[in-house]
Amino acid sequence: MVTWTDISGIKQKIAESSAEEVTASYLEKIGKSCINGFVRTWDRALEVAKAIDAGDQEGPLAGVPIAIKDNISTTGLSTTCSSKILQGYVPPYDAHVIGKLRDAGAVILGKTNMDEFAMGTSTESSYYGATLNPWDTDRVPGGSSGGSAAVVAAGEAPVSLGSDTGGSVRCPAAFCGVVGLKPTYGCISRYGLISYANSLEQIGPLATCVADIAALMDVIAGHDHRDSTSINRENNYSEALKDDVNGLKIGVPEEYFGEGIDEGVEKAVWDAIGKYEDMGASWKKISMPHTKYALASYYIIAMSEASSNLARFDGTRYGFRADGDNWHVMASNTRAEGFGDEVKRRILLGTYALSAGYHDRYYLKALKVRTLVKQDFDRALSEVDVLMGPTMPTPAFKIGEKIDDPLSLYLADVNTVPVNLAGVPSISVPCGFSEGMPVGLQIIGKHFDENTIIRAAYSFEQNTAHHTRRPREVV
Amino acid sequence: MVYENPDGVKIGLEVHVQLNKLKTKLFCGCSTDYHNDEPNTHVCPVCLGLPGSLPVINERAVEFAIRIGLALSCEIVEQTQFHRKNYYYPDLPKGFQTTQYDYPIASKGKVIIEGEDGERVIRITRAHMEEDPGRLQHIGTIEKSKGTLINYNRSGMTLIEIVSEPDMRSPKEARRYLDKLRSILDYLDVFNGDLEGAMRVDANVSVFGGERVEIKNISSFKGAERALLYEIMRQKNHVRRGGEIVMETRHFDEARGVTISMRTKEAEHDYRYFPEPDLVPLRVAERAPEIQKALPELPDARRERFLRQYEMSNMHARALTNEIKVADFYEDVAGKVNPKDAAVWVADILRGELNYRDLGIDAFAAKDIVTIIELVTENRITEQSGVEVIRTILDHGGKPQDIVKDKGLLKVEDDIVAKAVKEAIAENPEAVTDYLGGKEKSLNFVVGKVMQKTKGRADAREVRERLVKDLNDQS
Ligand SMILES: [Zn+2]
Repeated sequence: MVTWTDISGIKQKIAESSAEEVTASYLEKIGKSCINGFVRTWDRALEVAKAIDAGDQEGPLAGVPIAIKDNISTTGLSTTCSSKILQGYVPPYDAHVIGKLRDAGAVILGKTNMDEFAMGTSTESSYYGATLNPWDTDRVPGGSSGGSAAVVAAGEAPVSLGSDTGGSVRCPAAFCGVVGLKPTYGCISRYGLISYANSLEQIGPLATCVADIAALMDVIAGHDHRDSTSINRENNYSEALKDDVNGLKIGVPEEYFGEGIDEGVEKAVWDAIGKYEDMGASWKKISMPHTKYALASYYIIAMSEASSNLARFDGTRYGFRADGDNWHVMASNTRAEGFGDEVKRRILLGTYALSAGYHDRYYLKALKVRTLVKQDFDRALSEVDVLMGPTMPTPAFKIGEKIDDPLSLYLADVNTVPVNLAGVPSISVPCGFSEGMPVGLQIIGKHFDENTIIRAAYSFEQNTAHHTRRPREVV
Repeated sequence: MVYENPDGVKIGLEVHVQLNKLKTKLFCGCSTDYHNDEPNTHVCPVCLGLPGSLPVINERAVEFAIRIGLALSCEIVEQTQFHRKNYYYPDLPKGFQTTQYDYPIASKGKVIIEGEDGERVIRITRAHMEEDPGRLQHIGTIEKSKGTLINYNRSGMTLIEIVSEPDMRSPKEARRYLDKLRSILDYLDVFNGDLEGAMRVDANVSVFGGERVEIKNISSFKGAERALLYEIMRQKNHVRRGGEIVMETRHFDEARGVTISMRTKEAEHDYRYFPEPDLVPLRVAERAPEIQKALPELPDARRERFLRQYEMSNMHARALTNEIKVADFYEDVAGKVNPKDAAVWVADILRGELNYRDLGIDAFAAKDIVTIIELVTENRITEQSGVEVIRTILDHGGKPQDIVKDKGLLKVEDDIVAKAVKEAIAENPEAVTDYLGGKEKSLNFVVGKVMQKTKGRADAREVRERLVKDLNDQS
């Protein structure tokens, strides 16, 4: 069995040995890994750990190793969005969250694999090849933060950061049997997160337990003047770690159990809701009528924003550059050779959706649908405290099973994307197994009410044993 | 007399004004003081468009924009929003320009100019904020360039684009409009028009109610006038030969003084505008009253005041108020000498000498012109000598008093004494008669009168000798 160590366990180990030894043991494990979760490790990790041992750096995460998704900028450590087009790009600045982590004493182990530019649900579209699911190496770890979830599940890092544009933290958390949080839009500064779809995405933590999610949030959340969409709001997340759901009102959107849902997933989720009832919560079915339009709205908005965000990758200033007789040819060749198929597909579709004559029919309409989806959430969350449903309609699928069928891949995001359209927070926690693969329970809360979903998730964890199962050691 | 506008000329202008008096750029903290520095030394992740960087609005830039809007008698929008204008060009580091689209910060204003037939109102369509791109520099000539270098120091500078209605009927009116705009902006203290690229002009022009043609690449006001003259001639000739004017964009070749069709489908460019998701909408209307209150006196108001307060001619008032520096200079001088004399000396003489040398008013010290005016009005030097002193200062430097001495311009001192002696003799016939009658002492009285007239500057013994000589000659 893989060994999982949470932050308190890490701190104990550091007390018994040293931060350097703890980091070294993780680096050793990463060195032997065959799941392709890390795309590169940081050559200064041990140095940082030594400094912690020397007392040069203190903080709530002193000596705690962490894995970072490859789209979060790290000074001196290549950040490529797992794309060929950013090969060789080393950011000259830290993302806001990275600065926070460094200040808190965390030791960055390296960068984790992802779908190229976070565009995917399986981590198969990475320039570095697919990451394997530690529970079954024939299966995908989910995506797009597949590497960040897989390395935590495989015991190669105690905690990690991912980003969630349409489910990219929650999906791999569910598929890999770990905990993942998508915070409220504006909760964490996006400064330094390489944009895929700015109006939808948030950085989010992944961990083996809810307490570690709260510990990470206490470090990385908060206002940053460099991100105009970040909100100035004080909160203590660890205070929410209470085993108490007495009187909690749960809404269960019937639309989240739609066509194509896996029976095992359905059962695990209903069992979980039953468990909450046992623990003193109440639940009722609730309707979110615009859920069926959310996917279309999400993909049009995300692709439109992406088509513009990715325009800067032209080989002129950084990263990969192809040959060409003049600038236009060079830029065109760079993009043709540097982007993978899925990225090109989304740039083309996004460009199309924003084009004159189609703009109103697609982009504007998608914005209107987005408003309706938001209203669904406002209405539902005025009746109940949280919403619950399956994070993913199925357990992790086989590698190669869907990669050639983009539409079926997009459909897998059906329960996660509405949350991003609405900007509300959502956490995925392990709630059972189907076909031997982990199932995730999604708990959605009100804007900036992370504490209620953290409390609900924590209580569930305290009263169930799903999170105690471990994948077998992959060799 | 009414201007007939025989060719039905309609000219509209789009003027880009770089607000280089802001200390920092539009969306980042980089200094705007780059004009004398090495390329790419005033850059950061934001203005280089590095992956993951985010814009943050410069509040002072918003204030400047409102100030400009108000000075152009515009309405200030309730809430403004930035959009992305998507197109590829190497000087554009993000692959889009952040600009204002359907919610420009200011609209529906006017500028009053001296038109072909008296005062004329030029309507302002809109004034919006946007970021400046970087600058391309070709190695060698553009035809035989070995490569192109990009300097991003300019990237992210704040621009205000001021768009007029096609209300100008001749290149002369266009020139007057540009001069007036520059004058207003100078008064607002928002930019230094002398810095390279501070004001850039695009023009559109049509004749006989035909299609309008855009002219780009105009780098000076003189250039604008020349480009328009050429283009109107070209269109008229074309129509006379039975041709039809097509809507197109033409490039102004400054060296040859001609416009050249760019043969690109510029008009069909699809910029795929959409709201910038990284910047939140900005409420601005409520800031306008405060800013309105603090607006400085503008050229038209100052001209009116000069007419009233200093009783000068309309022509002088106009000449002295066009440039704020000249107006300040004049008021400085007018506080020390007769304002009417000051108007003649500053508006006619000094400005003429400065124009001839292509110098600004800064090239001359107010205290020097005060000295010169005093010397002239006290009859110590002639007006011609006064002009000579100005020329000498401008060409060789020096102090007025020294120049007067060195050049012997004060020779006229003799004339003053001679004149005073003649006057004293004519005005005091009794004393003269007494002296001639043998009363030697009566001469002292006349000497005293001369001394009074020359304000004591004359030498008493010299005066006595001259008196004796004159009286002897007379008798
Ligand atoms: Zn900058």
